[in-house]
Amino acid sequence: MLLIHCPYCDDTLPELEFSYAGEAHIARPADPSKLSDEEWRDFLFIRTNVKGVHAERWRHINGCGRFFNALRDTVSDRFLTTYKAGEARPDTTTLEAAE
Amino acid sequence: MTDFRVKGRGRVNTDKPIKFTFDDQTFQGFEGDTVASALLANGVHLMGRSFKYHRPRGVVTASSEEPNALIGTTRGKGRFEPNTRATIQEIYPGLKTESQNKWPSLKFDLGAINDRLYMLFSAGFYYKTFMWPRSFWDSVYEPIIRKAAGLGKAPTEVDPDIYASRYMHCDVLVVGSGPSGIAAALTAGRAGSKVVLVDENSEMGGTILSEPSVSIDGQSAWDWLEGAMAELDRMPNVRRMTRTTAMGYYHQNMIGLVQKLTDHMGDVPDGAPRERMWRVRAKEVVLAQGAIERPMVFDGNDTPGVMMAGAAQTFLNRFGVLVGKKPVVLTSHDSAWYSAFDMADAGASVVAIVDTRNELPKALQNAAKARGIKTYLGYTATGTKGRLRVSALRVNPVRNGKVGAGHMLFCDAVLVCGGWTPSLHLFSHTKGSLDWDADAKVYLPGHKTEDVHIAGAGRGLWGIAAALDDGTKAGMDAVKSLGGKAGSATYEVAEDRTGTGITQKELPTDRNPGKAKAFVDFQNDVTAKDIRLAVREGMKSIEHVKRYTTNGMATDQGKLSNMNGLTIASDALGKEAPKVGLTTFRPPYTPTTFGAFAGYHKGTHFEVTRCTPIDSWAEENGAEFEPVALWRRAWYFPKAGEDMHKAVARECKATRESLGIFDASTLGKIEVSGPDATEFMNRMYTNPWTKLGVGRARYGLLLGEDGFIRDDGVIGRMRHDLFHVTTTTGGAARVLNMMEDYIQTEWPDLKVWLTSTTEEWATIALNGPNARKVLEPFVEGADISAEAFPHMSVRECTVAGFPSRLFRISFTGELGFEINVPARHGRALWEKLWEVGKKYDICPYGTETMHVLRAEKGFIIVGQDTDGTVTPLDAGIGWAIGKMKSDFVGKRSLDRPDIVAPNRKQLVGLLTEDPKTVLVEGAQIVDNPNQPKPMKMIGHVTSSYWSESLGRSIAMAVVEGGFDRMDDTLHIPAENGAIVKAKVTGTVFYDPAGDRLKVE
Repeated sequence: MLLIHCPYCDDTLPELEFSYAGEAHIARPADPSKLSDEEWRDFLFIRTNVKGVHAERWRHINGCGRFFNALRDTVSDRFLTTYKAGEARPDTTTLEAAE
Repeated sequence: MTDFRVKGRGRVNTDKPIKFTFDDQTFQGFEGDTVASALLANGVHLMGRSFKYHRPRGVVTASSEEPNALIGTTRGKGRFEPNTRATIQEIYPGLKTESQNKWPSLKFDLGAINDRLYMLFSAGFYYKTFMWPRSFWDSVYEPIIRKAAGLGKAPTEVDPDIYASRYMHCDVLVVGSGPSGIAAALTAGRAGSKVVLVDENSEMGGTILSEPSVSIDGQSAWDWLEGAMAELDRMPNVRRMTRTTAMGYYHQNMIGLVQKLTDHMGDVPDGAPRERMWRVRAKEVVLAQGAIERPMVFDGNDTPGVMMAGAAQTFLNRFGVLVGKKPVVLTSHDSAWYSAFDMADAGASVVAIVDTRNELPKALQNAAKARGIKTYLGYTATGTKGRLRVSALRVNPVRNGKVGAGHMLFCDAVLVCGGWTPSLHLFSHTKGSLDWDADAKVYLPGHKTEDVHIAGAGRGLWGIAAALDDGTKAGMDAVKSLGGKAGSATYEVAEDRTGTGITQKELPTDRNPGKAKAFVDFQNDVTAKDIRLAVREGMKSIEHVKRYTTNGMATDQGKLSNMNGLTIASDALGKEAPKVGLTTFRPPYTPTTFGAFAGYHKGTHFEVTRCTPIDSWAEENGAEFEPVALWRRAWYFPKAGEDMHKAVARECKATRESLGIFDASTLGKIEVSGPDATEFMNRMYTNPWTKLGVGRARYGLLLGEDGFIRDDGVIGRMRHDLFHVTTTTGGAARVLNMMEDYIQTEWPDLKVWLTSTTEEWATIALNGPNARKVLEPFVEGADISAEAFPHMSVRECTVAGFPSRLFRISFTGELGFEINVPARHGRALWEKLWEVGKKYDICPYGTETMHVLRAEKGFIIVGQDTDGTVTPLDAGIGWAIGKMKSDFVGKRSLDRPDIVAPNRKQLVGLLTEDPKTVLVEGAQIVDNPNQPKPMKMIGHVTSSYWSESLGRSIAMAVVEGGFDRMDDTLHIPAENGAIVKAKVTGTVFYDPAGDRLKVE
């Protein structure tokens, strides 16, 4: 069971308190009607599916209830960092060096 | 029966004899014995039959990796357990055990015919033997294989035992209590760390228990052990746990421990848990699991009496049992020489030590000579004699790669040692890499992914002195990682038994190797020639070899067989072992009960059962219940002699004719409030909300961004900035999560707040022409006359004095009200309505009647009539889409090419040709029933009921192009080749004009 740091509670807590919520940094288009079918398809269905560092969303559902973002290595299953919703994706190179 | 117990040896309590049974025969052992040691003390080696060939098998090891001596144990009613390892099960008075996989008896087993038919059962036999003829698959092969498959009998009764579950946090968890584990625990404990030391055995000490002749710090090894245990027990920061298996190593140093609490007890205290699962989060882990002795692969190596030399040494020194009086030792490692010496010193006539190596240290050879033991160096073993017990070992010299003439060494036991495999299972669970040591031909720990230290034989070290030093170092490293500093310790070890050895493929033979039954995996009956056959047939990776032969796939997970299998496969492939690969070890380390995993989560505690405030009334009034999501809901209320069909027909009729009362408290409820509540609702739901007046309600439809229906429910506007949203019973949490997601991450600028109020409100639905008559006298603060309170309205008022949100809505097509009161008043209100309603023959109804009544009106149930691929247009509820709205969740998708494509599945009604036939929900629909099979399926039945009101069956279905098929006849293939005909209709079967809502 993973330990996950909630950036809102600023506490590292067991995975049981959290739920996964898909890839991060996929903003809903401001005006979907302006999008072509292909663009809308990409928004709906196309995901990066990386082998390596993946930016993803989690929700502290059995805690504060907030959605937040995380960088997790899909190979080692290690969290590099977590950060609040709306914040830019942190630079991975420095984080990986710190590993 | 001969007694093989040696006076003055072993740690069992000879003052406490214990009687137990094995296959209904009574045996005597002593307190401290395992079933295996006690049977061996009585001269019994034959303990089971093998899986595939039903060959007689004896115990091979003295510990948890045992592949052969699997027994059934009975500890009273419901407490039968198959596949218990006789080497782990401790005896207690009255214990009943039985052998497995035999019929009619262990000594004479008809299944052993398979052994004569072994040509049929070679590697991959599943894929070959049972292919032809096709007609035999179902009638012959499948039943026979099913009957023959499996090891032991599955228990048939409910397990009455309690299984406990706990969490634990510690600084250093030490797994394994041999010399390295003890040294690590002492080091970290003395430094003040919170230490937990666990061992799967009933007693701590590991190798030390089998090596009493070694001396540590001037004391005998056992005296030193006693002192070390006492010191650990004196430290308040150290916890020792025996009979505790570290069964899995999970992320971030979480280790699962299964502690056996009562399996060794004759009298189990009332209420005592059988096992306890510990979920341990350790800051540092020290793995001191030691090494596992490797068998040697030669013809007849599975004959009872052939066993591991180290096991024989353990049975002698720990249990005081000689496994044979005339043993032969067959080895390629020095360690077995010491086993031979201990046996000889305890009075056995050791026939010979046969070593495959040509060169050996003089000291060992002299020690053998001093005991009068013959030695054969540079020899191979090529066969055994004896079926139920070994009586001779055939050995041959190997000179310059040539196998010479063989001769027999007559014996009653063959003690083998093909080297030692570092036990790195838990390390492998962490995805730590293993590095191949080409000299020792073993895998050693490589890159670490967790805060873990490996000590002792797990790193390929040998001897007690090396293990103690390495354990000390691991303990110091762990404390250092914690930010502390541990003092070093040195141990003076005398008479240490260090040694080296080699490992090898199957032993060379002068006979036809194709006929040799040289077993690699005892439990799954895999031989060396099976592995070579797999390679010949194209299996190049060890993963393929494993699956083709089933090597390492039995309950022992290849603890004995993996390395021998790999060595043989790599020889057959002509590649170095690491190029062939190593299969991954996965949890659990040893077989673990389902009970331990389930813990307290069984029976009613398996998952939460949510009950409404009116649940108790339903129970008192004879309701049958059904689970809906986590809720327990009243299903129907049968009267004496009624089945569900009759009860539902009566409930439907009563509601339509007069008055029904229904507990709708499980409806999901979400309070949406704030200045931007309307804007939020407009963005989330398909419907327009801006113009919905306060006090009015509207059917709301929620889509996903993909355009498919996610949820629905009636939504009331309580105030300008407050909506009372209802969701489906099962969808409440999902909808709230989705709404929160949008508020928090897409539209954080909106001033709107969500509160789940599902459990705050009890909801009672009153339906039927007399509903208003019963309700009206209770209502204060609102006029609920037809004019003042039209259909789809909501008021805040009091009902029977309870504050209420009162809706006029209908999920039945009748005049209907839904009364929400604070949950604590739910039952009181229900009973008041019930009393007054008796005048109108008020009828309580359950979910089944609710389903029928709504289906008669064509109201959909999300998740039953929709399945995540249905759009509002498909469901025929396009009217719920706000045409003027520029955007809402899912709107863009309603123009997706696939969504606007023709011939989508659309929701229609079906009326069967025979009105008495009720279709089966989920049944597939075809156009032309005479087409060849497999027929093209064009849809399926989503809802189907008997409608008492209409006197016939009704159904809804999704059908390709359904809206264009009105009045067509479709076909539903049913059981036994029957075909049901049904006509396509609209979905509103009852009161299509909606007149019944308008009761004055």
